[in-house]
Amino acid sequence: MTIVQIDKENWESSIKKLFGAYRLFGPVKEADFHNFKQLEAGQLPDLSCLNTRLSPKSIIYPQTEVMFKYTLDENEEDHHILKEVDKDYSPQAVMGIRPCDAKAFELVRLNFDSPDYKDPYWLNAYTATTLVGLACESPCKTCFCTTAGCGPYHEEALDVLLIDHGDQYWAKVLSDKGDAFVTAAGWTDAVDEQPAIKEIETKKKTAEDKISAFVKTDNLRQVDTNELYNAKFWEEVSFSCINCGTCTYVCPTCWCFDIQDENRGSQGCRIRNWDSCMYPLFTLHGSGHNPRGTKLHRVRQRFMHKLKYYVDKYDAGIQCVGCGRCVRLCPVNIDIRRVCGYMNGHVASAEACEV
Amino acid sequence: MGGIVLNPYLPYPVRIDNISIETEDKNLKTFRFVFLNPEDEEKFSYHAGQFAELSVTGKGEIPIGIASSPTEKGYVMFTVNKVGLVSSYLHAMKEGDIMGVRGPLGNWYPWEQMEGKNVVLVGGGFAFTTLRSSIVYMLDPANRSKFKDIHVIYGARTPGMLMYWDELIEWEKRDDINMHITVDGTDDPKWKYNTGFVPTITEQKAPPGGQDTFAVVCGPPIMIKFTQPVLDKLGYSDDHIIMSLENRMKCGIGMCGRCNIGKEFVCKDGPVFTLKEISETPREF
Repeated sequence: MTIVQIDKENWESSIKKLFGAYRLFGPVKEADFHNFKQLEAGQLPDLSCLNTRLSPKSIIYPQTEVMFKYTLDENEEDHHILKEVDKDYSPQAVMGIRPCDAKAFELVRLNFDSPDYKDPYWLNAYTATTLVGLACESPCKTCFCTTAGCGPYHEEALDVLLIDHGDQYWAKVLSDKGDAFVTAAGWTDAVDEQPAIKEIETKKKTAEDKISAFVKTDNLRQVDTNELYNAKFWEEVSFSCINCGTCTYVCPTCWCFDIQDENRGSQGCRIRNWDSCMYPLFTLHGSGHNPRGTKLHRVRQRFMHKLKYYVDKYDAGIQCVGCGRCVRLCPVNIDIRRVCGYMNGHVASAEACEV
Repeated sequence: MGGIVLNPYLPYPVRIDNISIETEDKNLKTFRFVFLNPEDEEKFSYHAGQFAELSVTGKGEIPIGIASSPTEKGYVMFTVNKVGLVSSYLHAMKEGDIMGVRGPLGNWYPWEQMEGKNVVLVGGGFAFTTLRSSIVYMLDPANRSKFKDIHVIYGARTPGMLMYWDELIEWEKRDDINMHITVDGTDDPKWKYNTGFVPTITEQKAPPGGQDTFAVVCGPPIMIKFTQPVLDKLGYSDDHIIMSLENRMKCGIGMCGRCNIGKEFVCKDGPVFTLKEISETPREF
């Protein structure tokens, strides 16, 4: 493990070097919020950004993506046969990603990289990506990463962790990909490791202490699925929901998708789009029957998936990194931290006693 | 970059080899497909009870149970109900047309576990397709001795709504399978089989349950609902009642997120579950 220092006055010139080796992504200010964008040659990632409005999941998992192309023209020899499309899986790097958003990719990976099937689109993009994280010094009020299996300095999913250090950035190299990135940037000025590690520990502790929101998840595994499913609190939790889907759209760990064919004349492509468990069409049968026909069903599905089904299926914690986006952006103030509290504290017998 | 070689979303190209109308309302058609690349047939090696995504290029995909048996070579067969966009378009297609088949997908009936046991197949309406696959598989000379008594209870609304009619009559004549065909009602005076709903006929004809007997139930929700108490009464335990579920699907490989019942995906962890397994889920199907 190496830690290198970069003087901020050399920052811009070193970033410029990276454009030759990577397609670079970073936070960019749009109107009054930031989002991740592909940087144009010479453009700098805006590291003053607290966090982006949307998660960076679209860099690996685009909101809409072509899977195959085909022709319907029967004069062509291969008509009606789906063909793979060329994709750009050259190296790309995400600069200034927060540790929580990086960790989200690890959680999502369990879905797309299963023992039985590999999703080539997600995995190829993920493999091509270097994640250069930026440690959080001042988390938001809505952040609850430290109790969601993550934290402001969490290194697990990152290739490099950048730490703001006054006139310098420190870059902690965490993987081979990270090593290659640091080399490409020409960051070679290693710091004296032991004192640096100590200082980072202190900064980390300071940042973690600023987190003021928490979830309890210790009981989620034990509580019975069907008892939780039938709990009375879903009525109250879902009451104000308008099924707008904002929560699933901004969430770094929501991965559901739809597949559609789109034709233009005799040419077409099979595409996949983000989908949402908040929408009735998501589960509507051809017969008209809908197993999740009410918003209560759909709200419950979202929370049960993240906080119970995922927990049971993978034994890798909750499907949430505590970024707080859904809490901040829900138009009716549904708060996953509160719902998690209901679920974790659920005692079926206690509810049965209520009159 | 080490690319992923196998793309699980890419269908095998097939040609529609034969189309036949199954029912008097013409809403059910059986499509026989031949693989354009003969080596794909080998790759599409399947078990009775599995399904596949039928890919109608330019329209989309639909998950359909495989109606042919692994013992039938040279083609795969699916019976499709005309319901939505893709299935309606498919019904208008003709022999010789090119489309795709993606699979086989999902798990299958527990054939190893059912070896040496009695097997009771209970089917209703157009959910009989994978049961047809199962019957042909079990009756194959190489397989029949692996199973004890075979009972089939199969019902439809009217005689004209029973699928695979010629085969049903062939099986009726055999002495190594007990067929109990039934219709909800008919005014045909020559109807010589059963009349009555599937649960009623099951109560009358199915052998008693026990360690040596498995029931495989496939049908509309209402039939399943009323058949379950009958099987309970006959002494079938919930791990000897096997069911095949349906839910809306897209990917078919457990990734797109819509077909789950609790933590189980109907497409990948199913579609075949024991009643015991289903009871442990919120039953969102």
